[in-house]
Amino acid sequence: MPGKTMFDKIWDAHVVSEEPGKPSVIYVDLHLVHEVTSNQAFDGLRLAKRGVRRPDLTMATADHDIPTTDRSKPIEDPIAVQQLEHLANDTKEFNIQFADMHSPLNGIVHVVGPEQGNTQPGKVIVCGDSHTATHGAFGAFALGIGTSEVEHVLATQTLRQNKHKTMQVDVNGPLPFGVTPKDLILAIIGQIGIAGGTGYVIEYTGQAIREMSMEGRMTVCNMSIEGGARAGMVAPDETTFEYMRGRANVPQGDAFDEAVEKWKLLPSDDDAVYDAVVTIDAASLEPHLTWGTNPGQVTSITGSVPDPSSFADPADRESAERALDYMALEANTPMTEIPIDRVFIGSCTNSRIEDLRAAAEVAKGRKVSSHVGAMVVPGSYAIKQQAEAEGLDKIFLDAGFEWRNAGCSMCLAMNPDHLEPGERSASTSNRNFEGRQGKGGRTHLVSPQMAAAAAIAGHFVDIRDWEG
Amino acid sequence: MNAFTKHSGVVMPLDRVNVDTDQIIPKQFLKRVERDGYEDFLFFDWRFNEDGTPNKDFVLNHPGYKDASVLVAGRNFGCGSSREHAPWALQQYGFKAIISPSYADIFYNNCFQNGLLPVTLDEVSVAHITAQAKEIPGYAVTVDLENCVVSDNEGFSVSFSLDEFKQYCMLNGLDDIGITLQDEDAITAFEARRG
Ligand code: SF4
Repeated sequence: MPGKTMFDKIWDAHVVSEEPGKPSVIYVDLHLVHEVTSNQAFDGLRLAKRGVRRPDLTMATADHDIPTTDRSKPIEDPIAVQQLEHLANDTKEFNIQFADMHSPLNGIVHVVGPEQGNTQPGKVIVCGDSHTATHGAFGAFALGIGTSEVEHVLATQTLRQNKHKTMQVDVNGPLPFGVTPKDLILAIIGQIGIAGGTGYVIEYTGQAIREMSMEGRMTVCNMSIEGGARAGMVAPDETTFEYMRGRANVPQGDAFDEAVEKWKLLPSDDDAVYDAVVTIDAASLEPHLTWGTNPGQVTSITGSVPDPSSFADPADRESAERALDYMALEANTPMTEIPIDRVFIGSCTNSRIEDLRAAAEVAKGRKVSSHVGAMVVPGSYAIKQQAEAEGLDKIFLDAGFEWRNAGCSMCLAMNPDHLEPGERSASTSNRNFEGRQGKGGRTHLVSPQMAAAAAIAGHFVDIRDWEG
Repeated sequence: MNAFTKHSGVVMPLDRVNVDTDQIIPKQFLKRVERDGYEDFLFFDWRFNEDGTPNKDFVLNHPGYKDASVLVAGRNFGCGSSREHAPWALQQYGFKAIISPSYADIFYNNCFQNGLLPVTLDEVSVAHITAQAKEIPGYAVTVDLENCVVSDNEGFSVSFSLDEFKQYCMLNGLDDIGITLQDEDAITAFEARRG
């Protein structure tokens, strides 16, 4: 019998019950909650007179709707207020820990879980949010669920699932100079396609992943869903344990070392067999950015906007035509010649301290182009504090960036931060769908370094020309 | 949950691939705390012009598809976010079934939680149904979940497959939570085992 993958091991340890022909019942160790996908679930519980089975394994934060400007002022949008109050009441009624926007524990749901040490190797983690895959960076099985499933987890602390297939994405060699984890994941999505991972859990392996920081691994796992995979994961190692050590909600002292010994058993066995294997040659990678209206419509910074007629598949061709029309781009335009209006550095993909440091390094001593509006939105209150302690806020402000409070912000523009129709952004977020950052807005996904450089130049630049 | 056994209805062709949930229901409507009332927001940015008038070029606004209750669309339908507002909006607008060569995972699951049937058919059948729906006014299909067959009055008929348990729950309108709680002892035992 072949060995087990990490996913197999975690799955097997969480099966509550299984019957042939039925989805298995899987136990959930951590349920993360935010304001947008939970209201109706709590209402459902009340309607059925059900309770929350494990409030102690549930944690809530407000991130999607909250303003990133002065928090001492009341929120202007009455519907957002209603939604936030709904969650405040729900968490109070059901005795769930809730970090509202004034709490020092507040931040984007996928940033605060790892930051506070709730995200741990070997756990099954769910959230009513497709970017839950982020937490897989710690060697957890973390997946996004819908509101009905949120209600199911609240009521039962379990999830009904058919077991997923596994895909290994093996990244050979180290990432070359100027190429970041964001570029890597954009390149992977470009290669497998936005539905390439549908039905799979991806495990990222190889030298580039092993050498990557936890922030980088989270960036990679975060965008697994953009490749269609419901979960992405990375085997835990010393980098993982060092990142976790001492965080508020991890075991402390000897108990931590004991936990580490258990976590060390999680990585896939050498003879484990994956259902699919994709190999990426890291050495050949360049900085990447999107040109279209989904994350698979991506190219390298030395490339050009593709000609739709170059696509063999008629549906892809039509989709490229629609994308160029929406994005107001001409085929064959070099990517470095595309001017931008706005820059957004933030989101659960790229708002962690390392991302902010990387962007600040580029911004240091330079000035944002006079025709560009640029903002930096840290992923959490704690990251904002840390960045300020390191003086990053000063660097950004001196360069002409806005320095905001934490939240999802212009990643999906549910709060007041949005693009105006026709505006073009360089964004470190994860989705460039039509209207994602504001109706009629045009989004190009990039790394924090490339976003900062674009803010300064006023158009996209090859960051490798600036660094080193 | 609503049970689904068999449905006949007019087909609306949405001849695009990778229709994402941000298009199905844009984010500005996700702040609502209700579970209903999303029908007017379905495909909002495609459906309405800047000034709020209906966009006549968008298929949903064609008079011929006014009463459509089956949506046929290109592959990877429902990609993107986990928002269950997407199936809610489709269903509340009046769609009972979707036909596509493939779906994004989370969206697919969310449909079953709500009694909206996502039928997976091969590319050729989807192209055929799409073409018929564009050409023949009032073109309708029957989706029979019991026998797993999609057919029309023109002699076309194709079978589809889906997970048997999903089929069973949908045919009977079963509530997942209710099913799981029947086995609550197993959950309690699991928790006791892990300490
Ligand atoms: S930052 Fe963006 S992708 Fe991440 S949870 Fe918030 S809205 Fe979703």
